Order: sequence, then C-alpha cells, then structure tokens
Amino acid sequence: MHMPTDKIVPQSDLYSRESTTARTPDENPLPVRVKARDVSVFYGQKQALFDVSIDVPEKSVTAFIGPSGCGKSTFLRCLNRMNDTIEGCRVSGLIALDGSDIYDPSLDPVELRARVGMVFQKPNPFPKSIYENVAYGPRIHGLARSRSDMDAIVESSLQKAGLWSEVKDRLHEAGTGLSGGQQQRLCIARAIAVSPEVILMDEPCSALDPIATARIEELIDELRQNYTIVIVTHSMQQAARVSQRTAFFHLGNLVEEGPTDLIFTSPVEKRTQDYITGRYG
Amino acid sequence: MAHSFTPPSEQALDGSAERLKRIRAGLGKRHARERRFRALGIAAIAAALGFVAILFSMILYQGLPAFTQANLEVDVHFDPAIVKVAARPVRDAQQSSAEYQRALLDWERKVTMVNWNRVLEQSIKAAAPDFEIDTKSALSIVETSERFRLRDMFVADPGLLGQTVKVKMLASANADNWLKGNIDRSLPDTQQQLSPSARMLSDRFMEDGQMRFAFAWHIFTNSDSRSAPASAGLAGAFIGSLYMMLVVIVLAVPIGVMSAVYLEEFAPKNKFTDFIEVNINNLAAVPSIVFGLLGAAVFINYFRLPLSAPLVGGLVLTLMTLPTIIIATRSALRAVPPSLRQAALGIGASKTQTVFHHVLPVTYPGILTATIIGVAQALGETAPLLLIGMNAFVAQIPGSPLEPSSALPVQIYLWQGNENRNFFEARTSAAIIVLLGLMLMLNAIAIFLRARLERRK
Amino acid sequence: MGQHTVTSFDEDLNAIDRLVHDMGDLAADMVVASTRSLVETDAVLAQRVISDDAIMDARQRELDDRAITLIAKRQPVAQDLRAVVGAIRMAADLERIGDLAKNISKRVSAVGEGSAPRSLSHSIDAMAQSVVAQVHEVIAAYEGRDSEKLKLLRAADENIDIQYTRVFRELLTYMMEDPRNITTCTHLLFCAKNLERIGDHVTNIAEDAYYVMTGMQLPLYRPKADETSVAD
Repeated sequence: MHMPTDKIVPQSDLYSRESTTARTPDENPLPVRVKARDVSVFYGQKQALFDVSIDVPEKSVTAFIGPSGCGKSTFLRCLNRMNDTIEGCRVSGLIALDGSDIYDPSLDPVELRARVGMVFQKPNPFPKSIYENVAYGPRIHGLARSRSDMDAIVESSLQKAGLWSEVKDRLHEAGTGLSGGQQQRLCIARAIAVSPEVILMDEPCSALDPIATARIEELIDELRQNYTIVIVTHSMQQAARVSQRTAFFHLGNLVEEGPTDLIFTSPVEKRTQDYITGRYG
Repeated sequence: MAHSFTPPSEQALDGSAERLKRIRAGLGKRHARERRFRALGIAAIAAALGFVAILFSMILYQGLPAFTQANLEVDVHFDPAIVKVAARPVRDAQQSSAEYQRALLDWERKVTMVNWNRVLEQSIKAAAPDFEIDTKSALSIVETSERFRLRDMFVADPGLLGQTVKVKMLASANADNWLKGNIDRSLPDTQQQLSPSARMLSDRFMEDGQMRFAFAWHIFTNSDSRSAPASAGLAGAFIGSLYMMLVVIVLAVPIGVMSAVYLEEFAPKNKFTDFIEVNINNLAAVPSIVFGLLGAAVFINYFRLPLSAPLVGGLVLTLMTLPTIIIATRSALRAVPPSLRQAALGIGASKTQTVFHHVLPVTYPGILTATIIGVAQALGETAPLLLIGMNAFVAQIPGSPLEPSSALPVQIYLWQGNENRNFFEARTSAAIIVLLGLMLMLNAIAIFLRARLERRK
Repeated sequence: MGQHTVTSFDEDLNAIDRLVHDMGDLAADMVVASTRSLVETDAVLAQRVISDDAIMDARQRELDDRAITLIAKRQPVAQDLRAVVGAIRMAADLERIGDLAKNISKRVSAVGEGSAPRSLSHSIDAMAQSVVAQVHEVIAAYEGRDSEKLKLLRAADENIDIQYTRVFRELLTYMMEDPRNITTCTHLLFCAKNLERIGDHVTNIAEDAYYVMTGMQLPLYRPKADETSVAD
C-alpha cells in the first residue's frame, strides 16, 4: 500500500479551504487517519449532508454532536459505507482512509468494514454464544489459522473490551443473556476482534445505565491508545469526557470543529454555543 | 356580571369538584362498555369452541364405532373332500428355477379353484349344527374376502389339509350393521339386507359369544375394497397422502424459502419485483381446483406423468403451498430487526453471509410454522386431486410415488359417496378422525420444534 | 443570547447574576461610604460600613451555595459555565473589596483621634474618587456586557497605582516633617494601601467579567506602576 504524503503532513489543506465551518486546529496535531472533503449525502431527492470536510486524527477520539437529524450519524455511516445498504442513498465528495478513497469502485466494502469497525446504538449481539459472537468476524475474514489462534483472538478481544473476567467461565452461553452494558462491551469486543484501524461508535451508551456508561467510556479511553475512534453521541457530557476533538453538526452542516476543551468552554460559533448550553431551538 | 364574581381560588375548587364529578359520571359508562366488550369476546370464543365441540363430538360419535367390527370365531375344517389338490410341489435337483416356479403357480391356481365357499359354509353350519340355514344366507354373515384368507392360509401351510383350526373371521358389513343396530330391526324382510335366517344366526352367534366385537386393525393395514366393504381400510390413502406430503416438503420448502430470501433480501425494488410480489399474493388466493386443472394440463397432458400418482398430486399441492410459504417467510424476514443485519454488515460480513449466517436462522421458527400450516392445508385438500385422477379406486398400497394411489381426503370423499351408506357413514367419520389426528400430530410437531428453536436463541 | 430550553436553568443563572449585581452595588456603596467617613471622620458612617460587611459576607455565601447547586444540577458548559465560575470569583473579589472598605472604616476613629491635618487626606480623597469610579465602572460594564470598557478599566488601574505612589511619598514627607503625624499617617498609609488593593480587585473583576463575556483570557502582562514595593 502506498503511503500518501498527506498522512504525514497533518490537516494540510483543511484550514486554507473556503468553508462555512469554524475550525480550530490542535496545538500539536496528530497524523490524519480519515480525511473527508466536501462530502454530501442524498437520500433520494433530499440532501442530508452538505459539503462536510473534516480530518479525523489517529489514536484519539473524535466526537460528533448535534441535534437529531443533523446528519452526524449519516456522516458516521459514510465512513464505513454502511449507507450503501440503504436504498436511494448517494454519497458525493471524497472520503479517504490512510489516503486512499474508500468509495473507489475497486475497493470492496467488505474489506473496508474489516478495517473500519462499528458499534451500534442498541447492543446487538448475534443470537449465538459469547465465543461465537467474537469469533465470527475473524472467522469470515480468515484471520485465525487454527482453533488455538481463534481462542487467543477471542480472549484478547474480550480482555481489551474489559469483559474477559466476567464471561470467561461462560463463553458458550448465549451473548443475549448478558446485561445491556456487557452486551455493548461484547459488541465492542466483536468489533476489535478483526483488528480494525478505525472504530465507529453510533451512540454506544444511549441504551445503558450510568454505571455501564461509565465503564464503556473508560473502555473508549483505553482503546484510544491503539485505535482511531469516532463517536456519535447525544450526551454533550459524554462528548466532553471522552473525546479529544468535537465536531458540531446542525441541519446537515458541519458548523464547528475543534479541540473538545475549547468547544465546551468557549465555542466560536453561536449555534454551537446555543446547542451545548441547552438553548437550542 | 359583577355580582356573579367569585374569587379564582374558590372557582378552581368548584371546577375541580365539578370535573371530578363528570369524570366519575363517565366512568360507569366506560366500565360498562368495557364489560360489554369482554362479554362479547367471551361469547364469541364460547360459540367457536361450541361449534368445534359439536363437530368433534359428532365425528367421534359417528366414527368411533367404526373402529370396532364384529368378528366370528369358528372352527374351520380343511375337509379333504372339498380341498382336493395334490401336494405342494417340491423342487428337485434336476428342476430349473423357472420350471419349479411354473409348477408352483400351477398348484396355486388349483388351490384357488377349490370351492372355499363350501369350506366356509360347512364351518359356519358346524358352529350352529341345529340351525337350518341355506348356503347363501350362511355365507352372507362373513365377509366375502374371508374365503381368500382361507386359501392364503392353506397356500402358506398345506399341512392344514384335514385339520381343524380356529379362525377369526370378519363379519360382513351387513351383519356388522345388523348387530350394531344400524338397521331398523322392525323393517320388513323385503327391506332388509340379510335374509331372516342369516339375521337370526348372527344374533345367535352373538349370544353364544362366537361373534364378538373387536378393534378393527385392518382399517390401518388394508387398502380400499368394494367387493368386501367390511375389510376396506385407509392404508393406501394414508401412504398416498404421506408421499404427497413428502413431495410438498421436499419441493415447496426450499423453493419457497429461497424465493422469499431472494425477493426480500437481494432483489432490487422495482416495477418488476412489485409485479412478482402482487402475483404471488394473488396466487395465494387462487381456488385450489384451478391448481388441479393446471396440474392435469401440465403434468399429465404435457409431461405425461402417470395419472393418479402421488408425485403429481404432490406437485400440484406444492404449487398451492408455495405462495403460503413465500409470504410467511418474507414476513418473518421482514420482522428480523435491522440491528442484526447491521451488526453482521458492520463487522464485514457480505450480504449473503449476513442473510445465511444471521438473518435466516432467526426466522426458522416462522418458516417452520408456515411450512406446517402449508403442508397441513395441502394434506386436507381434495379438489385439485380429483382433477388428476386421484379419486380412482385403488385397491393396493402404493409402493412408490409414481404408483396410482388415493389420498386421505379423497378417500373420505369416496366413502362418503359409497352406496352402502349404512356401513360407510361410520367409516367416513373414522377416516376423518384419522385425518384430524394426523393434522394434530403435525401441529404438535410444529409447536415442539418451534419451542426448541426459540429456546436455542 | 437565547433562552434555555429549560426555563428554570435561566432562573437559576439570573438569580446568581442578580446576586453579583447586588454585591457590586453594595461594594461600591461601602467604598464610597468608607472613604467619606475617612475624609470627614464620620464615625457613624464608618460604623454602617462595618455592619454592611456582614451583609456582604452573607451574600457571598448565598452566591457560592447557589453556584455549586447549579453546577451539580445543570452541569453548565461554555458561557453558562463561565458565567457561574466567573460569578464565584467575582463574588470573592467583591467580598474582599467589602473587607478592605471595612478596614478603612475601622481606622476612622484612630485617624480622628490624632489631629491630622486636613491637607493630609486630600490626596487620599482624590485617590478614593478614582477607586470609587473604577468600582462603579466595572459594575456598569459587567451589567452592560461591555467587554471593550473592561479592557480599558484594567488599563486604568495604572492611574490608581500612580496615585498610590504619590500618596505614599506625600505621607512619608509628612511623617518626616513632624513625627507626631506618624500614627495618623501610618493609618492613612494603610487606608491608601487598602484603596490600592481595591483597585487590584477591580482589575481582577474586570478580567473575570471579560472571560465570562468573551471566553478569552486577557493577556497576563499589564502595566504596573506601583513602585513603592521596589522603590527605596
């Protein structure tokens, strides 16, 4: 795979572009993993996203916030081409993972999704055993050479998801029998079992209680050491707690993006300010 | 209006009391409406249960007596004076196999020529030596097929010659009717099926205990019979139905499920697939007799498949069952939560892997239920089978799906129209009981499998 | 700025804001009264200032309670967070201003006993006028959300420092002229120092208010003209 130069020169063209988005760069910018330029999404005739350009830095958490229907989930789903599965959905613009266009016709979305994992809003383990849930991804991608290989992958994935000690004695019980928070961590283990480079999380805590939420947040913070994480959340507090950069979407536009500390103390845009302080609408 | 002014707080108080009063007044009416609705519901269910109970008790009342039939136990003397045949040929060393077979057949033909009726008549008369009765009347007590049984006994064991053995013989349909009281005993002789002496002898045997009612196993082991109605059974029709069921399951389930999966998961949504969908729905509403016509035209006239064969019946019923299975499977697939698909796709499973590894297994209980309902429906179908010749009288049990056969519902239809109404009314009900039993068994299997599949989740 | 979707949030924030205003008004009154009591050796007025300080302390406690409750309940962010945290800090500064005013008033009796020359308090009076003006202005600027004025206010503190240096030298001269003035002059010197400190608190308030309004910190560097600490 070729190594594009814009991975090494971070946030190269983003700040010189003409755009309605208010941007604040990091003081010490990290290399860019995912690069989006002028991404628009249409559902049939309706445009859901308008010329979104953003860089997602590696080994950090980028949070997308915004009111319902603002396009943040839509954009997230563009990053692993989950939108392909929706009838009548059209994506324009450029999204590059490590410098290569993910919408290139020669790229198989199946391969892309092995590199860009996803965790969903509702914990959705397969109606199979805990072991099978984690082993499924490596199995279909042929990542384990032997049974002991697979056992090792399952164990380390569950370890990383902080679930191993809770389930190691019942790996062959149904994954759906776990509590909500455990199920979500199982889904995270399932996602990291295929060793993705990027993990997308679509409101991963919205169905969980505060304790389970705290555990997931702790986990996200740990996973940041090795993965690039993009999280969509409705909880401003959560975005403030777990992310390093925050992007605010409104009515399909990327209104503002910048370091989380700045967004939550002194945002540049009035719309951002109104939203995060609860003056929206 | 100054004089009608009251302070707002008091007004509010009055208002709330007034409001409460109104709510309470309406409450009674609302509860009454609820009670009425519940009473109606219970009445509806009671009515439905009542009808089912009436239907079942009628069928059981009529059908259960058919499961017992009168049997006459007499000593049969294989009188050498009547059974005048040489000894059974024995194969000697010089004889070829064909020669031996020929000799054996020749011997068997001779055995058949023996006047077995005479053996029967003597046996019956010997059982009541003091009773004066003519040959025809004596023979009319037992079923005509019994003489063949005596012959078969002798063929199997030629050593019986000159011996006397106790044989339990099936009473004739007429005698059975007479003894069960299905015939009005006060009717004049001209309207009775049996002669007066035969009737008296039957009654006497009954009193002596030589004539007894026993469970009629032959209903399950014999095929239909016209010459010996008392020995008529369901086995042929049952096996025919079983073959058809097999054909339906083997063909309709894979084709139906695959069509449903393709239409629901893979097919692009356009005018053409809409057209197909509408037509599948229409097909489910097509009268079954039309499928029979189609089967007759296509399978028999065009493909030249054998008439009356369970294979053709199964094909026709498959066509009839397909829409049911497709529609049910599609709705089961549609009921699978999108989160499951997303989970699989999100981890990088291909569309096909998603469907076959995750979506389809979840729908198994639904598909299973649809299949059983479809098969049960097909099992009870008569009209299309009439058009492909399955109402033909078939006296033997079919050995393969290509041999002519009847089917349970068709058998019911045939017996219902039999001229020996007195006897076959009960038989028809007995056949209905068997068919219903089969259906209940299918449903029980469906419930059992469904519970097991759902527990596995 | 628009309304919060949750109206009681606005009410809570407004209550805190009102308390800041009240404390500001009270602080301004106390500074005015204490300088007048000093210049006119009005013991009654001085006593009122001393008793006002208790009110000031009570207000500050109320504000702290409300602010902490609001943070716990609403988890404010951005401007709301800045407003609450700014209010806590401004209240602390205003309370200190109140303390300093009380301290000046306490010295009134001591200054009155000595036969201080009227001329002695003239320069202090001028300085007091500047400080009072600063206090009034910072409160007005905060109420009027005037961030530019706040910037100027901070710069204006330089004048007070210069005035303080002048008063310091003047009092030093008086003490050298006549050692009997030493007691009075020392008290006056403390009063002047208190006024200068009030000026510093006003600067702090201006900085806090600026941050609350704009979300930006004023640069750390600021002209400093108080040379007394290094002089001599």
